[in-house]
Amino acid sequence: MTGRAPSAETPRTERRRSRWRRLNLGLGLGIVLTVIVVALISFVWTPFDPEHIDASKRLLGVGEQGHLLGTDQFGRDLFSGIMVGARTALFVGILAVGIAVMIGIPIGGFAAARRGWVEDVVMRASDVVYAFPPVLLAILLVAAVSPGTGSAMVAIGIAYVPIVARVTRGAALSVFQLDFVSAARSYGRGNAYIFVRHVLPNIASVLIVQMTILFALAILAEAALSFLGIGTQPPTPSWGRSLRDAQTFLQLSPRLAIWPGVAIAVTVLGFNLLGDGLRDALDPRLEVRRT
Amino acid sequence: MYVIRRVGVFAFSVFAASVLVFTVMSILPGDPAQVMLGTQATPEAVDALRTELGLDRSLPVQYLDWASGAVRGDLGTSPFSGQDITPQIIDRLKVTIPLAVMAMALTILISFPLGVYAAARHRRFGDNVVSIVSQLGLAVPAFWAGLLLVTVFAVGYRWFPASGFPGWDVSVWQSLKSLFLPSVSLAIVQSAIITRYVRSAVLETLREDYIRTARSKGLTRSAALWRHGLRNAAIPVLTILGLQFAALTAGTVVIESVFVLPGLGKMLLDGITRRDLPLVQGGAFTIAVLILGLNLAVDLTYRLIDPRVSEQ
Repeated sequence: MTGRAPSAETPRTERRRSRWRRLNLGLGLGIVLTVIVVALISFVWTPFDPEHIDASKRLLGVGEQGHLLGTDQFGRDLFSGIMVGARTALFVGILAVGIAVMIGIPIGGFAAARRGWVEDVVMRASDVVYAFPPVLLAILLVAAVSPGTGSAMVAIGIAYVPIVARVTRGAALSVFQLDFVSAARSYGRGNAYIFVRHVLPNIASVLIVQMTILFALAILAEAALSFLGIGTQPPTPSWGRSLRDAQTFLQLSPRLAIWPGVAIAVTVLGFNLLGDGLRDALDPRLEVRRT
Repeated sequence: MYVIRRVGVFAFSVFAASVLVFTVMSILPGDPAQVMLGTQATPEAVDALRTELGLDRSLPVQYLDWASGAVRGDLGTSPFSGQDITPQIIDRLKVTIPLAVMAMALTILISFPLGVYAAARHRRFGDNVVSIVSQLGLAVPAFWAGLLLVTVFAVGYRWFPASGFPGWDVSVWQSLKSLFLPSVSLAIVQSAIITRYVRSAVLETLREDYIRTARSKGLTRSAALWRHGLRNAAIPVLTILGLQFAALTAGTVVIESVFVLPGLGKMLLDGITRRDLPLVQGGAFTIAVLILGLNLAVDLTYRLIDPRVSEQ
């Protein structure tokens, strides 16, 4: 044992670290691409019609009668359902994160550019929303509108706005202090132009990492809302709702509760690994919010 | 000074949260008067009841009425059951708070040793194993963990009840037992998060000069870690624990549904499905105040244990 502080890097730990980092990134990218490909394939082909009900094929086991993962209580093919569920998960992720970014980045950028009382008001307001756990906020927002994939996505997106706004502001603050921003100001560029042209490219890595993690969180949130019965409604397939249905049949067929959960966990794992891998590659000192 | 300002921020946040909750609930379709009378009621009867309940008044007036009640601890009456909301909420908290506390205790029990171990074995085999385990824990939805735990330990082995809650006055032991699986489900996810924070907090302190000093005066690595590292790492970890407690509250909403526990989250969700507006409003506001109060407590404790926190 050497007397070094653990942070001091020997060539050996440095090598190990970069191997580890590449593993994270590679595995994450692999999983995410697989989920995307599966979702795309499900538009043109699934082994069976995922919505086809066949009472004679109820609760088949793994591999029986050509059903790779068996069938559910209505005789629907589980594997096909999971393939189609990937669409919903990705769709929710894209829209929720899209909404969060579209509202959060301008708010954060505005606060960072203006400083003073504008910043105080914006940040205090976001503190209040921030104190609410996003899933709870999404539940309330969905309640205020109506259950469904659409309102769930919007609700999750809005719930993540304060996270994006804070990250944007935090990262943008230091960039606004830099000389090239002063230079741009000196020849008359406005805040909006400076933010988009000079600040945004410099904080892109922070935002991309946070977006990837938010994507994973959005998938988890949609699954939770659908599990509670206020997210995706039938007949649209959703992994979360499959688990809700499976709960009723836990005594009879606990198997039903496994595969949709595995699908959620693997997808979320993929996005988390990708986010961590990107962070390590782009900016290892970054802190990312995870709940 | 700091304390006064911090309490001021708390008061403002509670006010803002009350406005937020009230506004969101005001957009809700569904008229409490209609809910009380059912779909068969004549429009005249509904209008009469609306007047009686004060729903025909302007929103700011309604807000002031509700808020002045809330300040006195009176959150109004549920149009659905006709019962006062505050006693119901207190009843529900007797399930939700023990659940959250139990989950947090389990989380600390799991994540502190794991995080410290991972930091001590930085970038070695043990650290990587912990990192893989926590990565998996982050990906598992708590409600799915709950379903699997029920399948194995309630349906399979019958060690724990699959659902329901007997009540503290019926049997404390049975009540604790029925909260165990739910709190484990919550703790799995929370531990994954907290472990990472504990690990990086300990790593951070191990880089400090005073650790090198301790080492140079002859302390072994682990002695330096125990004597100086952990106490300093405790401060950022405490902050995160406070924040995560809020996330835990959201988790209880979902988990209470899995295990059919009569907690605040279940009440909230039932209220939403029944369109019991004042109940949802009261429940959501209670959760907000709990979370904000907890953040306040964390910030004040933070200052007590770490006098270095400057007045900024």
